[in-house]
Amino acid sequence: MKIKVKRIKEILGFGVLHVCMLCVLMILAVIVYDIVSKGSGVISWDFLTKPPVDGMTKGGIFPAILGTFFVTLMTAVLAVPLGMGCAIYLNEYARDDGLTRFIRLSIRNLSGVPSIVFGLFGVALFVDACHFGTSILSAGATLGLMTLPLTITASEEALKTVPRSYREGALALGATKWQAIRYNVLPLAIPGILTGMILGLSRAAGETAPILFTGAAFFLPDVPNSILSQFMALPYHLYIMSTQHHNIALVRPIAYGTALVLIVLVFLMNLVAVIIRYRLRKKGNAHG
Amino acid sequence: MQRRHKEKLIELIFLFNGVLVVLVLAGIFLLLLKNALPAFKEVSVVHFLTKPIWNPDAYDQATYGLLPMLVSTLMVTLGSLVVAIPLGVGTAAYLSDVASPRVREIAKPVVEILAGIPSVVVGFLGIVLLGPVISKLTGSYNGLNALNGSILLAVMALPTIISLSEDALASVPRAYEEASLALGANRWETVLRVKIPAAASGILAACMLGMGRAIGETMTVLMATGNAAEFPRSFLGPVKTMTSTIAIELGEVAYYTTHFHMLFAVGLMLFIITFIINLCADMIFHRHTRGLA
Repeated sequence: MKIKVKRIKEILGFGVLHVCMLCVLMILAVIVYDIVSKGSGVISWDFLTKPPVDGMTKGGIFPAILGTFFVTLMTAVLAVPLGMGCAIYLNEYARDDGLTRFIRLSIRNLSGVPSIVFGLFGVALFVDACHFGTSILSAGATLGLMTLPLTITASEEALKTVPRSYREGALALGATKWQAIRYNVLPLAIPGILTGMILGLSRAAGETAPILFTGAAFFLPDVPNSILSQFMALPYHLYIMSTQHHNIALVRPIAYGTALVLIVLVFLMNLVAVIIRYRLRKKGNAHG
Repeated sequence: MQRRHKEKLIELIFLFNGVLVVLVLAGIFLLLLKNALPAFKEVSVVHFLTKPIWNPDAYDQATYGLLPMLVSTLMVTLGSLVVAIPLGVGTAAYLSDVASPRVREIAKPVVEILAGIPSVVVGFLGIVLLGPVISKLTGSYNGLNALNGSILLAVMALPTIISLSEDALASVPRAYEEASLALGANRWETVLRVKIPAAASGILAACMLGMGRAIGETMTVLMATGNAAEFPRSFLGPVKTMTSTIAIELGEVAYYTTHFHMLFAVGLMLFIITFIINLCADMIFHRHTRGLA
């Protein structure tokens, strides 16, 4: 009898855990289904290639797509070299001492800093102190620093997968440490690093809070012509279209279309990263 | 000889690059502090921490009380944890102890995709999808309230809680599980009484990191909680969190006014709160990994 009660408890318990998992699946399914079903009707060639017209009640979202592209590029300019450099230091040069532990602690804490606080930091440093104004440069730099923890961690993971013997072999043949890293370690780690970078940049592309006051603009008639111009961005455009526009009900379809383009963009970047990772694994096996 | 100098130089460059992260973190703190301090020339710290009203645009005397938004932030955060912790830990336990390898293959990317959905999209769905549902169920005007914000924040915190709790459960040595089964416990008792307690500090750290995420989340609460400036009264009323206050008001204020500096003071508080939570999570997590070794 006692065994039976135990068995029933087990079935019920695992049932509850199962329901938890299904709930999480449901949440994602509802999000994706709602946006795809209501957003796909709006998507057309014109929507993707034309600017908004008639007080943003008609037309497309081309400037927002372009703006997000530019600011993500700017983010990459900062985050890629700095992220890689820091990872190379931590994995290749750093000793296991207090300084290294302190750097790692800082990285973990930096990843927990709220995005709006990065926005304030961007305003204080880039917009105000550096006199970059509200611009692609300010917003990109803010996002670049924000994605650093992600890009560093991912790059370090990639460097860790390179076997020790690759470094030792080069050193034994008389190469310097940097030569060993440059010619023997990095070439193998680059695809993995690239994967991490793209994942980090996909997060940055979807961020709104850090660019609110560092460069994103409500509406611009022209595309940005320098890194000191303001820009329209997809996430900011979605925010405006769903809360700030003078006729929110009328532009709801445009908001759905913008949301769909944004999640497709983020999803595509993730997909590219996954494909690179997959190819890398296959290649790694062939060599091994 | 020259070769050695070059090597030394390269190592120094990388060292500087590593230290840069520390500088960024310190820079954030110092710049927030520098821009917050001028506010306290005109308004006392006691005023900031104890006044129950935030009204920078008052006709006669502006008040800058942190309390309403601090309470709002705590409300939506706790609300989100009530949803996210059971759901997240349950899902993590399912993935680590019940799911077949094939289910796990599918579920892992699902959690990753959920983590990748931009917060502005989640906030948008709070307006168009969740708002009307809450409005219909509770009879509130548009369903943009603390309850809505809590549910959305739960969605935002879930991926963190799930993946870190799963790591914590996976790091419990197999011997614990085998000993429990050998003593006659079934698999459910083993998960509930052995694995989850053994992973408790790791799970706690995961929940705290999820909480830090929720406190700092901006776009979802900005879009879905109604943003009323009054003192929060219930989960069915609108609230205005610390993050939303900064996001709304920084766009409207003139630079270098008391109000401008006050917003940096709010940002500084936010930074300090999340910093402490993350640091605690970190310490708990390290005790967890050391405890199991």
